Amino acid sequence: MFLFLTRRLLIAVPTILLISIFVFALQKLLPGDPLLVLAGEERDPQVLELLREKYRLNDPLVVQYFTWVTNALQGDLGISLRTNQPVSELILQKLPVTLQLAAMSMLFALTIGVPAGILSAYKKGSLTDYIANVIALSGLSIPNFWLGIMLILLVSVKWQLLPASGYVPLSEDFGQSLRTMLMPSFVLGTALAATMMRHTRSAMLSVLSADYVHTARAKGLRERRVVLKHAFRNALTPIVTLTALLFGELVAGAVLTEQIFTIPGFGKLVVDAVFNRDYAVVQGIVLVTAVGFIFMNLLADAMYFILNPRLRGL
Amino acid sequence: MSSDQRVPIEGPTRVSPAAILRLDDFTLRFRGQTVATVNGISLSVSAGEILCVVGESGCGKSVTAMSIMGLLPKGASDVLSGDLSFMGKSYDLRRENLPSHLRGNQIAMIFQEPMTSLNPAFSVGDQIAESVLQHQGGTRAEALRRARDLLVKVGISAPDQRLKEFPYQLSGGMRQRVMIAIALANDPKLLIADEPTTALDVTIQAQILNLIDDLRRDTGMGTMMITHDLGVVAEIADSVAVMYGGEVVEYGPVREIFANPQHPYTIGLMSAMPRLDRPGGRLAIVPGSVPAIENMPSGCRFRTRCAFANETCTERPLPMAAGSGHRVACHFAPLEEHVMVQA
Repeated sequence: MFLFLTRRLLIAVPTILLISIFVFALQKLLPGDPLLVLAGEERDPQVLELLREKYRLNDPLVVQYFTWVTNALQGDLGISLRTNQPVSELILQKLPVTLQLAAMSMLFALTIGVPAGILSAYKKGSLTDYIANVIALSGLSIPNFWLGIMLILLVSVKWQLLPASGYVPLSEDFGQSLRTMLMPSFVLGTALAATMMRHTRSAMLSVLSADYVHTARAKGLRERRVVLKHAFRNALTPIVTLTALLFGELVAGAVLTEQIFTIPGFGKLVVDAVFNRDYAVVQGIVLVTAVGFIFMNLLADAMYFILNPRLRGL
Repeated sequence: MSSDQRVPIEGPTRVSPAAILRLDDFTLRFRGQTVATVNGISLSVSAGEILCVVGESGCGKSVTAMSIMGLLPKGASDVLSGDLSFMGKSYDLRRENLPSHLRGNQIAMIFQEPMTSLNPAFSVGDQIAESVLQHQGGTRAEALRRARDLLVKVGISAPDQRLKEFPYQLSGGMRQRVMIAIALANDPKLLIADEPTTALDVTIQAQILNLIDDLRRDTGMGTMMITHDLGVVAEIADSVAVMYGGEVVEYGPVREIFANPQHPYTIGLMSAMPRLDRPGGRLAIVPGSVPAIENMPSGCRFRTRCAFANETCTERPLPMAAGSGHRVACHFAPLEEHVMVQA
């Protein structure tokens, strides 16, 4: 187990290195000079030169890169060109918000998608299967922003059950925090539930016809146990993989939903930073997201380890 | 012997009071098909008896076994007729299956592919203990102790270590032994073995056959073994049911079938078997192949491939007694007499 995880960790190192180079290069390749935004309307050449000196933009690229990486490794991701706040501070402010949203969305996706997938695989070709597939397809087809707006109109405006927008930190008021996040995470979660359902369904279909499922039935076990223990256990691997991937996507890609529900999360930070050419912030976010993604996949690897006895022998 | 002496008989002829399992006139048709895949099968297994069901793939052997176990998927097929009696209780297969509490308990089954028949995610001990717990209850520790005893019984060395191992750590023969241990978990009266040695090496085949042979002697359980290998039949069977196209064409004690085969298909099967005592020459084969179920001929299902077939064969032959406990479904039985008359 130790060897297996160490190997995975060692693979992660060059991956992160590659990402850092890519992120750094991206900033240099993108059109538009952030200093022009910073220098204001006049674009005084002297001011520009001063700024270049201040942000060490006259150094050779390699030196710039190494300075950035060395600082990043120490937790210093630079300073926002726009607000003059440290980037790491900005990220630490927004990250918990997005993580909470992502976790709650994932919970919706799993609790709806996985049982629906199991049921529709087990009742393949039946009305239940058909209905589940129609709902899943609608889940995938309905745009998040539309569902979000409809929910706000219905649940918040008409029935006044849940707050329409905003964010309350978990530490401040646990219940209220969950309440404000309920709708946005439902909106995000249902879309993912559809993907989850389809993958669970196909994974279950392939294991339900396996020989060991016959063996389980021949033992006289109840169908519930045959399906949920013997079959489902072997269908878990693709579900774990998908969960890790989708979670990473949730952290990076909840922009639209965060916008609709005015949640001060990661997505909003990215969009603002891109529009303002606040490249230090963009770089920081991309790097943190990428590392988070890799971490999620490492977690998935560790899960495979628990799921697949064969790996334990390595 | 004149043809007047041929008396149509019904059902298995070897029914003794000790019959554990008896299947009468079992007919099953898959949905969407017009011809029955299994057509009027009757057979019986007594205590300590090994009945081998032989036939080409697709002749309905496995479907019959799965039906007895009640393991065919619901809604895919219809049972048109058939009575199953097990341990003195009768079940009308058109309406009901064997009660599930008997499955894995009084009737157990092992399968063709030991490599994939065990669940890769659970340890050997877990998988045996599960069967014990399901039918006998008790604690997990007790069930694991029983699992250990079962491993010893099926000839696995270092049972304590094996209990903790996972299927991928075992060879094919070892896995089949574990499957047998699972089957024996609740001292079954009947074991159904669906080609248990087909996927194994020849030396391992012999070991598994010997194990099954020993077990039925020790425990007195009846065994219904499905195979397409006449070598297996010769080695282990007490009686044989030869199946063709979903029907039992010949049925009887193993000596009788080998010494005095009556059905042209049985004769074809025998002569297709390589023999060391008559070397040289090419192996005889049964010409053609089994027609798809939709193209099964009316009357005798074998007639399109039979060398003796004539217009009488468009009528379905009834099973006829052809000796002690020996029955055959052919218009020409006993064959010597009829073929000679024809010649």
